[in-house]
Amino acid sequence: MIPPAWSVSISPHLKSTESVEKIMWTVVACLIPSLILSVFVFGLRALIIAAISTASCVAVEAATQKLLKRPVTVRDGSAVITGLLLAFCIPPGVPLWMPIPGAIMAIYVAKHLLGGIGFNIFNPALIGRAFLVATFPVAMTSAWLAPIHDAAVFGSLGGIDAVSTATPLYVLKHYGMNAVIERFGAPSTLYWDFFVGWRPGCIGETSALLLTLGGLYLMLRRYISWHIPVATVLSVGFFSWVFGGEKLFTGDPVLAVLSGGVILGAFFMATDYVTSPNGNAAKLVFGAGVGALTVLIRLKGGYPEGVCYAILLMNPLSPALEGWFKPKRFAPPKGATT
Amino acid sequence: MSKSSPTFSKGGIHPRESKELTEHLPIEAMPPPEEVDILLLQHFGSPCRVLVDKKATVIEGETIGVVDAGLGASVHSSVSGTVKSIGASPHPVRVEAPSVTIRRDPQAEPKVFTPSEWEHFSPEELLEKIRNAGLVGLGGAGFPTHLKLSPPPGTRLDKLILNAAECEPYLNCDNRTMIEFPHEILTGARIILRILGIKECHIGIENNKQEAIWVLSRAAAESTAPDCKISVNPLMVKYPQGSEKQLIQTITGRRVPYPGLPFDVGVMVINVGTAKTIHDAVVLEKPLYERVVTISGRAIARPANLMVRIGTRLSDIVTFLGGTMDNLARIVVGGPMMGFSIPTTDLPVMKTTSGVLFLSDDEIDSRPHGPCIRCGKCVEVCSMGLSPNEVGIYVEAGRARDTAQFGVFECFECGACAFVCPAKRPLVQFTRLAKAKARK
Ligand code: SF4
Ligand code: SF4
Repeated sequence: MIPPAWSVSISPHLKSTESVEKIMWTVVACLIPSLILSVFVFGLRALIIAAISTASCVAVEAATQKLLKRPVTVRDGSAVITGLLLAFCIPPGVPLWMPIPGAIMAIYVAKHLLGGIGFNIFNPALIGRAFLVATFPVAMTSAWLAPIHDAAVFGSLGGIDAVSTATPLYVLKHYGMNAVIERFGAPSTLYWDFFVGWRPGCIGETSALLLTLGGLYLMLRRYISWHIPVATVLSVGFFSWVFGGEKLFTGDPVLAVLSGGVILGAFFMATDYVTSPNGNAAKLVFGAGVGALTVLIRLKGGYPEGVCYAILLMNPLSPALEGWFKPKRFAPPKGATT
Repeated sequence: MSKSSPTFSKGGIHPRESKELTEHLPIEAMPPPEEVDILLLQHFGSPCRVLVDKKATVIEGETIGVVDAGLGASVHSSVSGTVKSIGASPHPVRVEAPSVTIRRDPQAEPKVFTPSEWEHFSPEELLEKIRNAGLVGLGGAGFPTHLKLSPPPGTRLDKLILNAAECEPYLNCDNRTMIEFPHEILTGARIILRILGIKECHIGIENNKQEAIWVLSRAAAESTAPDCKISVNPLMVKYPQGSEKQLIQTITGRRVPYPGLPFDVGVMVINVGTAKTIHDAVVLEKPLYERVVTISGRAIARPANLMVRIGTRLSDIVTFLGGTMDNLARIVVGGPMMGFSIPTTDLPVMKTTSGVLFLSDDEIDSRPHGPCIRCGKCVEVCSMGLSPNEVGIYVEAGRARDTAQFGVFECFECGACAFVCPAKRPLVQFTRLAKAKARK
């Protein structure tokens, strides 16, 4: 018999047009506006660091997959996301080689040694950042640049015109709210600057506005659901309001949410498919946990910022959360265990 | 499409339907082919014993195979002619099954059927006529209808549901049958109600078949059937609305627990096309030897809803419709979500063949699958509340045996999970493997 010209395969014969690549590259696209803004705020240096970070994540992924004799999947965009997110959570004033060890840690150790995409327990970008903070604490917690207020953005490679400064969270932690206002302006301008992104901070975490827009677009495409971001933001706000002030219920929830990496973490890191739970109830608990731990670390821990560690602490709980909030079966046999 | 129409409680998807390819095409009788291959296994159960010898002369509608014991339904010749051979033919699920090939006599007169007064028959006589006509469910696995209509003694039924959801994309055979044969369907429903001794019938139709809803509602309102209540229930368009358990929950709110059957919750579900054949079997005493088949897809020259003789080879249908396109990528018997792809057009039409789809390469997605990215989409869409992603990971890790805990046997292989998976994982195949291993 002549072999058939058409293929035989298992049902269903229709598939949705979604794909892993499409999802990943859309996430990348949603991160780009924040990166562009960052270049305006901190100078070209932000772009160079992001490029080095992304390139090294992609290179490490390709090399690792070759080494482990797995198919090379750098085109799916997931290493690009890790690279961007890693750059997004490091200060713009660090030495230019700094992302490289972070990328090795993120992709080689946190992603591939733990089984590759789908099997890693911790968010790779955050592991990369945590590693850098532990290894190069000075650079990672003090290489902040003040926003560039004049036109010299593209004239400098950063560092020349830019001034080393402190982040609002650092000032808040060590000198209190009054010092923040003194240094960054009256609450109204303060909130506005933070909201649009005109303030010192990590490369990608400055603009709540652009990050939220990106996150909303991902929701519109149904790539992420609202549960984790909303639960995270509300939880940070709530606990900061209750415990963040001198007395109970006097903290500033708006500042708490707009500063540091809360918005970036809530929309783009806590929602990472692989390391967050499925199921809406589990997601709400996960987000609330991220928020609570963020505030705890900010107030009681050694670092002014806590989102990164909060997410890393919640990551390994995902399977348990999923187990506790299993979907309800339609009509299981009597006495079924789940 | 109204969102307020009822539907089942959890999960579900809405794939591109492509119903427009054939929804307005009236049922067209395909001229009988020169030869038919009548499979002796067309149903759920054991193959038929052949009643005819090689070279015997048969007439249209003559019984040529019966099942002696156990589950089964007899088969009939769909043309008048002579038995050319008794051998085997390709079967979409079993690869091959015994069959009788009959060469049509071009001179033979077409058979005529005259209606009789079915109201005089007792339930037992009605069942007997259904059995003689070899009826099986036209919607799915082909369970013999006379057995389905004889629930175990002591079963208490109160509702009949005619399954007219036709939620599979592309298919229109039930849709067209409803538009063109509303009175036959209603009579079929009344015959079933009479056999079961109940009075209430719901016809569940998805909202994307407005014409069928309208035609059947009007026919139901006009019919003067004494003391029985037949109503049309429009349903939300959501796959898999046509699954028995989902349909029962939508219409009655009752849930059939695994491993139960609809009659455990007092309901009988019959496919709407089967109701029409029940009319034919009882009123006309016409055996089931032809059926409506939707021929569709973007790689067939002319899509159509055809009335086809059982046993007609798909290759004859392709020729009749003007051939296939160069971009033909896959042939599917049944709907695109649950049907079987086949390697040969030598396959004959069976009683359960609701559609044959000639899908072009831009209609299918044959990208290789990757690892699960744990996006959770498959869990979200599973109407049975299962976690197909977990089953997939267990199967890939060689632990298929341990998947019974995930409720794999409740999975009815609707394919919604595999449809949405962005990593294109073959989740239905994983579940099948899991079932096979866990059963051992
Ligand atoms: S195929 Fe099975 S597991 Fe997948 S959605 Fe349908 S019932 Fe659920
Ligand atoms: S839809 Fe596919 S990728 Fe997403 S969780 Fe399910 S199996 Fe994994």
